[in-house]
Amino acid sequence: MGRAGGIFPTIIGTIFIAVIAVLISTPLGVCTAIFLTEYAKEGIMTKIVRFGSECLAGIPSIIFGLFGFVLFVEYLHFGWSILSGSLTLSFMILPTIIRTTEEAIKAVPYSFREVSYSLGATKWQTIKKVVLPGALPGIVTGVILGIGRSVGETAAVIFTAGGSLNIPSSIFDSSRTMSVHFYILAREGISMNNAYGTAAILVISILLINFFAYWIMHKVTAKYS
Amino acid sequence: MFVKDNMSTKDKLITCVIYTVAFSAISILLLITIFIFRKGAPLIFKIGIPNFIMNKTWAPLGSQYGIFSMIMGTIWITAGAMIIGIPLGVSCSIYLVEYAPLIIRKILKPIIELLAGIPSVVYGFIGVVMLAPFIRIHMGGPGLSVLAGSIILGIMILPTIVGISIDTLQAVPNSYREGALALGATKWQSIYKVVLPAARNGIIASIILGMGRAIGETMAVIMVTGNSANVPHSILDPVRTLTSNIALEMGYATGDHQQALFSTGIVLFIFIMIINTNHLLKIYFYYLLYLPLQFFVL
Repeated sequence: MGRAGGIFPTIIGTIFIAVIAVLISTPLGVCTAIFLTEYAKEGIMTKIVRFGSECLAGIPSIIFGLFGFVLFVEYLHFGWSILSGSLTLSFMILPTIIRTTEEAIKAVPYSFREVSYSLGATKWQTIKKVVLPGALPGIVTGVILGIGRSVGETAAVIFTAGGSLNIPSSIFDSSRTMSVHFYILAREGISMNNAYGTAAILVISILLINFFAYWIMHKVTAKYS
Repeated sequence: MFVKDNMSTKDKLITCVIYTVAFSAISILLLITIFIFRKGAPLIFKIGIPNFIMNKTWAPLGSQYGIFSMIMGTIWITAGAMIIGIPLGVSCSIYLVEYAPLIIRKILKPIIELLAGIPSVVYGFIGVVMLAPFIRIHMGGPGLSVLAGSIILGIMILPTIVGISIDTLQAVPNSYREGALALGATKWQSIYKVVLPAARNGIIASIILGMGRAIGETMAVIMVTGNSANVPHSILDPVRTLTSNIALEMGYATGDHQQALFSTGIVLFIFIMIINTNHLLKIYFYYLLYLPLQFFVL
């Protein structure tokens, strides 16, 4: 198990889990951010929503792992699967996406909205046609940061997605991500060479993902300032 | 209530959806609380809260579930990480904001933020292959120890502390610095008498966030701390934290043993929620750290 051979199945597993997690959490995060910036007035409701998001950001990944294990693996009978893993991760990266989207929406100048309203657009039309396109690079940054966090996460995935080394054929299959694979190789001393190799791929891919995110963020700040 | 009469049906529908989805984060938080407590609380009440928290023996095979040594382990490791991380992080942000040329700040800040993205298993691995042998050879003990864990965690919380501290220091108006300098203060005097007090809230918030991260960190800690479930007596002793207790045994635990791990999760969850929500902690940190600093530094 990992002593010989390559890490192709774990790369596939990582991509599956990270992408599905982002697909689930982006709509939730973007809607929450739209609520916070465009719909709600500052008050008890926004306080509750912000409190939830901030607390969620502070919760350790191992707690998410425990939670995902009880809710998805045991209670909903998804078993150790890509679905359980990505649902758990989507909850974990939700605060990241909310925060970056909120900042991106706030950066869209208020005059844009005024022009849109003056042309007779409704609130939703303004958001859909003016605010969201303007905030898109910022939202993409949040999504990429979310992918980066999912790829690097171990504790939340190991108890929800399991450790199968086969190439997954459906979202109900168990799969191992690169970081879980690396943890198992290094911790159980299966093969130090393979552990170093996996770590190199893992770190390089995460650095690339984050570089890409910061590059987009840099372009956004340059655009509006 | 929030749907106005003059809206079209589509707009009403969308408003309803957005209002509903906005509460996803808080609902997830509630779900986590409910499920963790439902699974872990029965065992805590079965063996009694004092017995669970104060008992030093963790022996799942003998049905002895006491997490006192793990609580002490978490406290030792977190304290060590703060001792290493706070001076490094705060002085790093002071340098970057007050002393460094713009070009260096622009290069270094993203690099420090990239540190936050590196997976914790990688930090743990570095600790195992480099730090632990160094400690074993030069300081004695098994190498995998409180010290190794504290150093690794101290580095891991740097991006949290530096990121927020830099933002707060930058938010201090330049007129404050100019005023201090105009009164004849040296650069350092203007920093520690004017800028640091003005940036107090943000810096303390960054420290508290870093502390939350140190308490909740799992994978790096498992790899470098040695994981023996005993109360440590020196910084060279191996130690087990609440988080590593869960992650180490979750793979094979069943029945009461598995419930005990969820009970450990409850204690960890309560620790984290106190840190997340308690504003008293901010005041405490002010008197413990910030105020003495004002008197003793220079």
